Amino acid sequence: MTDKKTLFINDTEVEFTDEKTVLEVAKKAGIEIPTFCYRPDLTQFGACRMCVVEVEGRGIQASCTMPPRAGIKIYTNNNKVRKIRKAILELLLAHHDRECTTCSKSGSCELQKYSMEYGITDIPYVKMKQEEFSPIDASSPSIVRDMNKCILCGACVRACSEFQGIGVLGFSERGSLTKVQPMAGKPLKDVNCVNCGQCVSVCPTGALTIKSDIDNVYDLLNDKEVKTIVQIAPSVRVALGEMFNLPSGENTIKKIYSACRKLGFDLIFDTNFSADLTIMEEASEFVERLTKGENLPIFTSCCPAWVRYMELNHPDMLNHLSSAKSPQGMLSPIAKEIAPKFYEGFNKENIKVISIMPCTAKKYEAKRDELKGETDYVLTTYEFAKMIKQQGIDFNNIDEQEADSPFGQYSGGGTIFGASGGVAEAALRTAYNIVTGKNLENLDVMPLRGVDKASRSKEAAVDINGQTVKIRVVSTLAEAERAIKEVKEGKADFQMLEVMACPGGCINGGGQPSACKDLKTKENRAQGLYKEDRELKIRNCHENPDIIRLYSEFLEKPGSHKAHELLHTTYSNKSQKIKV
Amino acid sequence: MSTELKININEEKEKAQKLIEKQGRRIHVCASTGCVANGALELIEEFKKLGADAQALTNEVKMSVIPTGCIGFCEQGCLVVIPDKKLTYVHVKKEDVKEIYDSLLNDTVVERLLYVDPALNKKIVNNEEMNFYAKQTRTAMKNCGIINPESLDEALSVGAYSALSKVLEINDPEYVIKEIEESGLRGRGGGGFATGKKWRSVYQHRGGKSYVICNGDEGDPGAFMDRSVMEDDPHKLLEGMAIAAFAVGADEAYIYVRAEYPLAIKRLRKAIADAEARGFLGNNIMGSNFNLKINIREGAGAFVCGESSALIASIEGERGMPRPKNIHMAECGLFKRPTLLNNVETFANVPLIILNGAKWFASMGTDTSKGTKTFALTGEVNNTGLIEVPMNTTLRQIVFDLGGGIRNGKKFKAVQIGGPSGGCLTQEHLDMPMDYDQLTKVGAMVGSGGLVVMNEDTCIVEVARFFMNFTKNESCGKCVPCREGTKNMLAILEKIVRGEGEMEDLDRLEELAQVVKQGSLCGLGKSAPNPVLSTLKYFRDEYIAHIKDKKCPAGVCTALKKYRIKEELCKGCTKCARNCPVGAISGNVKEAHKIDTSKCIKCGACKENCPFKAIVVE
Repeated sequence: MTDKKTLFINDTEVEFTDEKTVLEVAKKAGIEIPTFCYRPDLTQFGACRMCVVEVEGRGIQASCTMPPRAGIKIYTNNNKVRKIRKAILELLLAHHDRECTTCSKSGSCELQKYSMEYGITDIPYVKMKQEEFSPIDASSPSIVRDMNKCILCGACVRACSEFQGIGVLGFSERGSLTKVQPMAGKPLKDVNCVNCGQCVSVCPTGALTIKSDIDNVYDLLNDKEVKTIVQIAPSVRVALGEMFNLPSGENTIKKIYSACRKLGFDLIFDTNFSADLTIMEEASEFVERLTKGENLPIFTSCCPAWVRYMELNHPDMLNHLSSAKSPQGMLSPIAKEIAPKFYEGFNKENIKVISIMPCTAKKYEAKRDELKGETDYVLTTYEFAKMIKQQGIDFNNIDEQEADSPFGQYSGGGTIFGASGGVAEAALRTAYNIVTGKNLENLDVMPLRGVDKASRSKEAAVDINGQTVKIRVVSTLAEAERAIKEVKEGKADFQMLEVMACPGGCINGGGQPSACKDLKTKENRAQGLYKEDRELKIRNCHENPDIIRLYSEFLEKPGSHKAHELLHTTYSNKSQKIKV
Repeated sequence: MSTELKININEEKEKAQKLIEKQGRRIHVCASTGCVANGALELIEEFKKLGADAQALTNEVKMSVIPTGCIGFCEQGCLVVIPDKKLTYVHVKKEDVKEIYDSLLNDTVVERLLYVDPALNKKIVNNEEMNFYAKQTRTAMKNCGIINPESLDEALSVGAYSALSKVLEINDPEYVIKEIEESGLRGRGGGGFATGKKWRSVYQHRGGKSYVICNGDEGDPGAFMDRSVMEDDPHKLLEGMAIAAFAVGADEAYIYVRAEYPLAIKRLRKAIADAEARGFLGNNIMGSNFNLKINIREGAGAFVCGESSALIASIEGERGMPRPKNIHMAECGLFKRPTLLNNVETFANVPLIILNGAKWFASMGTDTSKGTKTFALTGEVNNTGLIEVPMNTTLRQIVFDLGGGIRNGKKFKAVQIGGPSGGCLTQEHLDMPMDYDQLTKVGAMVGSGGLVVMNEDTCIVEVARFFMNFTKNESCGKCVPCREGTKNMLAILEKIVRGEGEMEDLDRLEELAQVVKQGSLCGLGKSAPNPVLSTLKYFRDEYIAHIKDKKCPAGVCTALKKYRIKEELCKGCTKCARNCPVGAISGNVKEAHKIDTSKCIKCGACKENCPFKAIVVE
């Protein structure tokens, strides 16, 4: 039984149990305290001081780091507190590029939001001058860094080192000269950034933003010579609605299809279809490796940030990575090579493939030498939502439509790709079938589910024809590194390792609307996907009739020569020595 | 409970004393940083050449030159002290060595090198008559300047490790903690937290790995008492730390020293090695079960690393930035283990408390502030240097007795105490004792013990600007109030000093000061506005003079200076006009000249060159 204790917030008695901070207690009591640097998934930092409250007898305290204690009296919004918050906003704005109208974060910027809420109308301090501005770093294929908008909350620094264990971002200088920068002040493209975009996801302002491909896509849509094919990744469907005030986790895929048509895409495919295809290839590869006892454990390869991490840091272990392309990587060549056989006027030369992804690293993946010319542009969920708004599409009231056959139908196995553990679960369902000829009795592999912090590393063991197959699922590269260490030290007892770089998987990708302030958002999105899996008639990838047809008519069988040509890729040592 | 030790400290002490006796008459030459810069090492060589060499002592001479630690009277360096004759020679140069040496052979005194008391205008023949020393009570710095800090034997001869030996024999942490509690010792690093209470809370979390850390990241401008202890009596610090480690149950310790103290680092390293070699540190200390490994960590010179959580982050290899302190360090400190952190001077007080007893220590000072405190006395006093006085000593005694009053007969204006985190004390506080609580009450703090004395020629606004500039530069940049707040407070002060201030700026300055004070994450930020707030409290008129009258009453702020030629005194010699680099002075020969203030750059060339003192600054 948990201890029930109470404290007082603004003279109202509030109960608390295991909350770690006063901020959490207040939130539970329905009082939102403003924060910039507080991110429940990251370590406490206590830097922005926006969350200050007055504690009777102890003066001003930061509520994001103060543990609750029975009986204390807290004032969250008295004049003293309000004045400090206002001063903090004014001080931050004085040292900020306040060209809000041209900022891509405008509308979802927390600094802008609080400035409005606190009625900041004048900045009585020395304002940053144009000549003090630092140049914008747009060197990365995925992320744009504009340090003139950085408020030094340190969320990106923590995300990069705590989630990914990479730490390409760090503080340099001190005092008012302090800044966040990649190692040795290098452009982002020249350091070991894996483009996961978690830094963007946790950034409260426009300092870190997604590199936009919106204009490039408009150019294609307006080019009469070009035929556009769009594909939508699994987790986009359960997050996009949030940009239109729909609850997180609500599956809006049929509205998305409709919006795509309104935007002018010629054909609408679903990445879930190619997720099914990925499983066909990957599960077969897994079974083959299991039989031969080669290159085990197999590492999944759908996460481009993880693939880049391996190429940068563990080039000696690339043989473990599945050679199967990611779902995005598979659908694009299919769209260019096979789709023209189904649609008149489409040919390899005039087709351009645009994918809508929850992920900033997918932009990098599309530009990989090994995959060049296949996916033309990648839009993140965030960019896609912007396009819908720009085109005046009333997303909430749009009609529901279907994707284009035969590249739009998918199984439940494909849809759960979006949550950490989903790929492994789908692969297990199909691998079991390949080996035994039967389907798993219970398709829900519960130990592999869960997207909270405690579920960043999970395992399941399944008996397949008398052989126990153990699967490890990790999200975040810091967790992946621990698993790799086990493999290197010969201590790993698992045969498959699923890795997603973003905590919780793609539902929390760097291209999604930010879910960093509320842990429930991730949970809801994952539940949205598992709900669809439950409700779909076909839950196994290998039972998708369009997949079966694709093999019988074009690809023969998983792992065939033709399949290898279109659906598999190679990796190479990309480790670099960074010169300081 | 008591243990028999394998090393008998009294025997060790006697052995060491016998070695010292063999040195014959000792000639102490201060070989601390300040005097070394003035050429002390050359003096030592010179004495050795003449035969005062402990290594090659001849029977006929029987004199040894001893490089000692800081004597404290840095203003007067190089210093040579003849302890048995109670003589102190000041401003000694290489050329003077022969004369001193000969005088010792002939039993005479070199009068011209004696210190002249500025108040009495009298040459001081006996050390004990020097106010600077006579009014001090040295506990933490007892041996500083008296022993050769690089010799363990010298330290042993004056009682080093006797207290540790006593503690290990009694073998009861409770006894140690009780003594420290009863002594009333409070942290000498600035906060003034009760040391015994701190030790007890770490002791309560004993069991696993615990650490002791010594904060030697002394960073206040002008403060150097911790450096003195580390450089001049390193074994005392090590002994204090060892006693603390025994009391709280730690077997590993760190000394965090700023890299700008290379001599302290060198001497501490040697002291640790020597003590380990002789069984006073390391495993099974003096034959007991107590082990202690002391490590040295060099800081990279960030002021903020003197803040406990930033210091810990720095030792752990992270960027030196303060962390939120929700869990007490006694429970979760360095590497998430129970940790005791005290400053150098605090540890240096420990051995004597153990040896002389808590009552002895508690007999000094005031009701709430016991014992003695070291201060770095600087600024416009006659005698600057390091002093150690009981905590009931008044500011007047420090400035006028020890300090010998204000230089050049000027008037006392204020004292900045506690460095950039402290505040100022004025005429009205002269009879206040240097006690933690009283100082806090008037908006100042003991801090680490920097005392900057200011006279009537000091501009208070400029002083506030100076300290604000310091904290602005030294802010770690983590939290918004400190990073952006200090920058903007400085901007306002600069505006006032430039003569562009408006009355609203004072309100803004005070409002912002409150935001920084209340809103900042760590002690550095929380105390950064203190110099501004206390000068505003006591010298508001001076701020207003800068703003309203556009005048700097002390005549310091260049932008507010106005040069004027007094017509009645000007003879029209044209010298000023010829010396003016910007052609701002006009006038006919033999007629009064005039300065065009719009052209004047306030360089002062005219004033310097006027033979009739006709040019004045307003």
